[in-house]
Amino acid sequence: MHNFDYHAPKTLDSALALLRDKEDGKIIAGGMTLLPTLKQRLAAPSDLVDLATLSELKGVRRDGDEIVIGAMTTHADVAANADVQSLIPGLAHLASVIGDPAVRHRGTIGGSVANADPAADYPAAVVALNATIVTNKREIAGDDFFVSLFETALERDEIITSVRFPIPERAGYEKFRHPASGYAVVGVMVAKFGDKVRVGVTGAAGSAFRATDFEAALEKSFTPDVLLGIAVSPDDLLSDIHCTNEYRAHLVNVMARRAIAAA
Amino acid sequence: MGQFGIGQPLRRKEDPRLLQGRGQYTDDVNVEGQFWGAFLRSPHAHADILSIDLEAARAAPGVKAVYTSADLDADGVPDMPCEVELADLAGAPMWKPMRPILARDRVRFVGECVALVVAQTQKQAREAAELIEIDWSPLPSVADAREALKAGAPILWPELGQNTPVHWQNKPSLEADAAMAGAAWRVDVNIINNRLVPAPMEPKAALASWNEQEGESLGKLTLWAPTQGGRKIQANLAKRYLRIAQDRMRVISLDVGGGFGMRGQTYPEYVALVWAAKQIGGAVKWRADRTETFFSDYHGRDQVNEAQMGLDEYGRIVALKIHTLVNLGAYMAENGPRMPIEGGGRIIPCCYHVPHFYFSVKPVFTNTVSTDTYRGAGRPEANFLMERLMDAAAEATGLTRDEVRRRNFITEFPYKTPMGYVIDSGEFARGMDEAMRMAEWDTFEDRRAEAYSRGYLRGIGVAAFIEAAGGRAPTEDMRVRAELDGTVTIFSGSHAHGQGHDTVFSQLLNEFLGVEPARVRLVQGDTDVTPKGSIGTFGSRSSMMGGAGIKASCEKLVAKGVKIAAHLMQSEPDAVTFSEGVFHAGGSEMSFTEVATAAWDATRIPEGMTPGLDEGHNFQREAENFPNGCHVCEVEIDPETGIAEIVRYVAVDDCGAVLNPLIVHGQVYGGVTQGLGQAMIEHALYDAEGQFVSATYMDYGMPRAHRMPFVEAGFNTVACRTNPLGVKGAGEAGACGAPPAFIGALVDALRDYGVTHMDMPATPEKIWRAIYGAQFDTQKSDGIYAEVT
Repeated sequence: MHNFDYHAPKTLDSALALLRDKEDGKIIAGGMTLLPTLKQRLAAPSDLVDLATLSELKGVRRDGDEIVIGAMTTHADVAANADVQSLIPGLAHLASVIGDPAVRHRGTIGGSVANADPAADYPAAVVALNATIVTNKREIAGDDFFVSLFETALERDEIITSVRFPIPERAGYEKFRHPASGYAVVGVMVAKFGDKVRVGVTGAAGSAFRATDFEAALEKSFTPDVLLGIAVSPDDLLSDIHCTNEYRAHLVNVMARRAIAAA
Repeated sequence: MGQFGIGQPLRRKEDPRLLQGRGQYTDDVNVEGQFWGAFLRSPHAHADILSIDLEAARAAPGVKAVYTSADLDADGVPDMPCEVELADLAGAPMWKPMRPILARDRVRFVGECVALVVAQTQKQAREAAELIEIDWSPLPSVADAREALKAGAPILWPELGQNTPVHWQNKPSLEADAAMAGAAWRVDVNIINNRLVPAPMEPKAALASWNEQEGESLGKLTLWAPTQGGRKIQANLAKRYLRIAQDRMRVISLDVGGGFGMRGQTYPEYVALVWAAKQIGGAVKWRADRTETFFSDYHGRDQVNEAQMGLDEYGRIVALKIHTLVNLGAYMAENGPRMPIEGGGRIIPCCYHVPHFYFSVKPVFTNTVSTDTYRGAGRPEANFLMERLMDAAAEATGLTRDEVRRRNFITEFPYKTPMGYVIDSGEFARGMDEAMRMAEWDTFEDRRAEAYSRGYLRGIGVAAFIEAAGGRAPTEDMRVRAELDGTVTIFSGSHAHGQGHDTVFSQLLNEFLGVEPARVRLVQGDTDVTPKGSIGTFGSRSSMMGGAGIKASCEKLVAKGVKIAAHLMQSEPDAVTFSEGVFHAGGSEMSFTEVATAAWDATRIPEGMTPGLDEGHNFQREAENFPNGCHVCEVEIDPETGIAEIVRYVAVDDCGAVLNPLIVHGQVYGGVTQGLGQAMIEHALYDAEGQFVSATYMDYGMPRAHRMPFVEAGFNTVACRTNPLGVKGAGEAGACGAPPAFIGALVDALRDYGVTHMDMPATPEKIWRAIYGAQFDTQKSDGIYAEVT
């Protein structure tokens, strides 16, 4: 690990000030990706600004038709939250299958979403539930947030404060776990809002995307079987040492059908 | 005897200490004023080193020294040899390269040590290592053994001119060819046995310390490192590399977090570190991170097997021909090419009588980490191949899988194998029957049909296997000493790194001396303290070698104790008996502890007798032993995802007399887990550029507890006839039985899809492709049969 200066600001404003002032400052949330990267000496930030002390960024609450999750809320807390469990059980399930218990007790929703790992679980929910990413500056629609591999719409001096999830009529998440890392080889969340359906896919491509062909079919009939025969093109999907793009394309369909069954 | 003796399921007495963090691992040890070492490793699979600029590294903060091969050469430190001698049929010896401790002029795999930086802190050493500037000239590389044999492949050793250093054969193939020609059935099996990393829980670490305080004549080098015994490493380091008397070198490995056969070797890091410690006259510590451990520990398996077996009209084997390629890596590790020929060769062709056997092996150099002994060391590969052949034979002949095995099992013992080894005992059919009974084989078709009705594919596999236990070294040195406080100390040549020796050896002392396990102390892993003839633990040898050494030591203790007891009880030695920890003479009796305490008092023992009950024994074995067994695995496949779940697993083992069933079952679970890891997810994968692309736990699939099946374990005990305790090894059996049992079950589940074999690891995608294969190009192996004949 290279040397860096560590800061634990007491307020969001001082965190932002540090981020602006330091030459190559970086935010650390749960550190589930950043810490291993630092240990492998693959990153060398001048300063780390830790958000762990900002209690204002923690917690889950209901706000009308939405569940609002503070950016520094851990996956374990989301999974165990009674409101999430009763109002968006698919989201509680998603949080409960991220990584392993150690990751779930350190990793945070804000960190996961901001990092935009193509194999992370939360992006599927952000896309499928049409979540709003709330930052210190603005609100970003879920559809506009993920730009590409590890790249989001966030600006340099922008910190996610919460994620607002509209409460759907039904939603389900199913994932195919990578046997080594536990990441999503393919993860699909399907959400139904009245006669509208949204399908968010993670793991399969450079960033999370909506399976619009599936959505159109599901809006006619919200049953797993309507997706049989709707092939996913492997062309833009990832192919690596673990899985080919053809297998991922196949799994998108399978996971989507199972997500519907679980919804 | 009693609740603590042989055969009792005593719980592991070492666990509270280890689980509460009171173990003493290498990284727990620090020496005042120690420096830290960091190795600069090659980022290239194959490259010439045009120049090395050490200036910036030497000038970096805290740096004490930076060493390269030039420094070792200047001091006359020799390169590392392979210890294996082989010859082809004409008698021409195998060509052997030497491995430089630090790369000289050229690197041949990613991760090869190039330079050692010694600095005041670990961070300084690592940062300085990054400042070393090397002008590389990359060369073409090859990682796959089959590719390395093709015309035009990059050549690892220009002085050899090809990538195979010997073509070893057990005999000409004429007889086997003739028998094969007359066979009623012929089956072919082609297998890739995947490369694995040993993945011990404890990453590699070492601390080398030169201590001159005791003066020129007593000064000593000490190496703390996670070894499997250390005596051989001590001898190598002292005599070969440092050219000092063996006892001037001390190797300490008190607790070790997993060995698996990969921690018995004299690694180049150890040589460089002890040499550096001597150079600077101080201590140098090194701790590898996990990825560095992936590159530093030798790898396992990585064979390609192509075999043809002929059977007569009754389904009896008439001939077997095997062609094996073993990927050596870039250099020949200590035991490298021994794996198929002697590792697997000790048992091949496994549980079956084969009248005409032809065996051809080509070791192959590639730009990868060297391969060496890993849990089973050639026997899992041999058993996997034979069991795939037996399943193919069942398919060809129409016999059931158990019947074709039954018709070919070795049934008369002692049995001399085609390779000349003598198996003393076994009841293979009985073990298979028991495993199938436990697994409810008879009613499997009902379960298959029920699974099918739910949309799942269910299959069952059976695998008989045989092992060879005892390791190469035919001796082990053990010592047992009764202390004044009623405790007994074992000075053990055997070395536990997970096996539970503290528990089992305590049971032996309870059996032979009547001492409670709580009063037995096990001392191991320090060459200054353990007997000088000690060897260590590998090849599932400790129950036989260490156990027999303890038994004989105890017999000597009792014999002496009888004389002392007779003296004290004013009786004749002939009239004294010893049982359950008590010496009896007529109506008198003395406990072992009373006699042991008296034994150290020169005034209380017979005149002329040396005080103390302190006896050692160097056990020399008559033969190795041959553990064997039969595993049955049942899987259920989700055809949509290709995920295979193991729904039932039965392991019936013949490991001879059982000293502690709990420990044996633990060994079997561990072995099964490693075997299933190989079969399901583990793969040390190199890409076309020779980069090791699965060198982290994010990419290298380790078997996790929650995915492992409950193992129903049973025994088919047949006492070994060639050692005093009647024991057979248990440590490696599971790794032999699990891969063929699992793959056999998969193939059975997929039989309707025309699947006859699946290479390991059988990942969900491979299984899915087998089911939906017609839609996509499937990877086909080229086959090596034509090239190696």
